[in-house]
Amino acid sequence: MRSRWQRFKDSYMLHSFLNDRVALTCFIILAVLMFSAFAAPIIAPHDPYNSSTIDIMDAQAPPSWSHDGDSEFLLGTDAQGRDMLSTMLYGMRVSIIIGIGAVCLQAFLGIVVGLLSGYVKRLDNVLMRIADVQLSFSTYMVAIFIGAIVQTAFGVAGYEKVAVPLIIVIIGLAEWPQYARTVRASVLAERKKEYVEAARVIGLSKTRIMWRHILPNTLSPVLVISTVQVANAIMSEAALSFLGLGMPVTKPSLGSLITAGFEYIFSGSWWITIFPGILLVTLILVINLLGDWVRDFLNPKLYKG
Amino acid sequence: MTAILEIRDVDKHFDISGSFIDQLRISHGKLNRKKTVVKAVNNITLDVQAGETLAVVGESGCGKSTLARTVMRLYRPNKGEILYKGERIDNLSSAKMRPYRTRMQMVFQDPYASLNPRMTVRQILEEPVRFHNPGLSRAEVHDKVAEVMTQVGVDPAWATNYPHEFSGGQRQRISIARALVVDPEFIAADEPIAALDVSIQAQILNLLMDAQEERGLTYLFISHDLSVVEHISNRVAVMYLGCVCELATAKELFSNPKHPYTQALLSAIPKLGGEAGNHIRLSGDVPTPINLPTGCVFHGRCPHADERCMREIPMQRTLDNGTIVACHGVEEGRI
Ligand SMILES: Nc1ncnc2c1ncn2[C@@H]1O[C@H](COP(=O)(O)OP(=O)(O)OP(=O)(O)O)[C@@H](O)[C@H]1O
Ligand code: SF4
Ligand SMILES: [Mg+2]
Repeated sequence: MRSRWQRFKDSYMLHSFLNDRVALTCFIILAVLMFSAFAAPIIAPHDPYNSSTIDIMDAQAPPSWSHDGDSEFLLGTDAQGRDMLSTMLYGMRVSIIIGIGAVCLQAFLGIVVGLLSGYVKRLDNVLMRIADVQLSFSTYMVAIFIGAIVQTAFGVAGYEKVAVPLIIVIIGLAEWPQYARTVRASVLAERKKEYVEAARVIGLSKTRIMWRHILPNTLSPVLVISTVQVANAIMSEAALSFLGLGMPVTKPSLGSLITAGFEYIFSGSWWITIFPGILLVTLILVINLLGDWVRDFLNPKLYKG
Repeated sequence: MTAILEIRDVDKHFDISGSFIDQLRISHGKLNRKKTVVKAVNNITLDVQAGETLAVVGESGCGKSTLARTVMRLYRPNKGEILYKGERIDNLSSAKMRPYRTRMQMVFQDPYASLNPRMTVRQILEEPVRFHNPGLSRAEVHDKVAEVMTQVGVDPAWATNYPHEFSGGQRQRISIARALVVDPEFIAADEPIAALDVSIQAQILNLLMDAQEERGLTYLFISHDLSVVEHISNRVAVMYLGCVCELATAKELFSNPKHPYTQALLSAIPKLGGEAGNHIRLSGDVPTPINLPTGCVFHGRCPHADERCMREIPMQRTLDNGTIVACHGVEEGRI
């Protein structure tokens, strides 16, 4: 008779996590990054969204430690005179929101489709063919298509307002088949097990068996791909921004910051691109390393190559 | 004695030919569509009497589990009728079937697969009670579960644990408890002790027999272990390739087997003090249920087979001692 918390404290999961230096370090870095991203309005020294506080005269100030740096701007400023550090924190927040949002949408669509096609034989063929078709379009094609329509419909100013949900929808729609396939494969394996037959003998309805009995048993692979998918979604958003289809410069994500700074890299203002770049790489790396740990933990039979 | 369950001429065939494309075959220069069908259960007629234990024995793959699952309506029969206390249940919708779900329950073979690994024992046992008695209060459900757990010999204090924290024998007890919480009259037990250690098997068997005595249960007990069957059952049905070849009381069957297959099966049990060398050796392999032999399904391996056996399917006949046999040789008096 132990409480959930005690169970967790004694669990092998926590033990294995605390003994894995890489996982622990990554977790700490990720926690710090997440915290500073979401606490950006409080901890950031400037507000990059408030144009009245931005002075174009400060533009392209180098980091504070270089000889003509300004101590007010720790990591320098960008081409519009915004403080790099603050802009990056706000940008990281946008990137993370998009990454998590897109993955939630992907996971929702993918789990529903995967469950249905794994458990309802009649739907299987249709749903999996739709997934194949969806996978054969690349994310960028979907993005160019939808982005172009929305930009003409709302105009550039309106686009700024809907950009975040729009990109979430684009990346979510483009990559749900990953989830659908993973979930379907585990549903097919689970539905043969006797506990499902036992549930049917009790008389439970199909829907209830699907959601309450089969779904919880398919969640470990979903968890494994989710971490990697968050990283992928953040990368996709960065790539879309680089192509000019992502977040506008006025409300930048890490990706659009990199893009914006790219023009100035040859004029010597390397910091505008490099700092957001390092931050993006760090973020992706720690998420992926944590994802590896989750995968290894949930699937110990896997050979660690 | 009245029949609690009647199985009438039931067939269960599985179509394993896959999608439409997979079914296409080219033969003799022509494209035609061919279905592959596993004939797991063929023309089975059986009655289970109230209060008895009817054992179903037979070698692996002869369709025992399929029969039990068809009775429990996990599969719909392709042909025939299944009656529970005189009411047809094989064609009911799932909603109409619901009242029968509390009267008929099933215990599965594999105690590791038959309990949902993501649910605690309490959740596993409370779910059927709540589902069938939505009016019960929390405390009543709790008491009901605790009572049944005590009956099967699992301490109710362990209810908050997950199945993986229990041993195989305890899991099978929990699995039996899940069947018992809805107070059934009839339980189909599909090899409930086959996956357990020999030392645990006797305990589980005793538990099943005690529960039968206390609750007046009827069992359809599936097994391939003849000594267990002799110990626990009142009557025994012997299956071969999806057909029932002999149905007799346990005493008659073990002392005086009629069907050539039963005789071969029983001669394989080592007996204390029995003379050596009377083991009936069967030649050949069990045919696949995909291409069933014509006539008697056993004719390829039967030492008494003749031309009629290859041609004509033997009908079930009741002998003077009450044994039911499907065999031309017995009918003609040559065995
Ligand atoms: N769902 C299914 N789909 C296709 N074929 C099946 C299915 N279930 C059973 N079969 C086939 O039907 C035949 C009978 O299987 P069944 O599981 O009933 O045998 P069994 O007597 O229970 O054997 P065992 O002692 O090994 O449990 C086998 O040939 C099996 O391959
Ligand atoms: S019917 Fe013929 S082949 Fe079948 S068991 Fe009887 S004697 Fe043997
Ligand atoms: Mg079986």
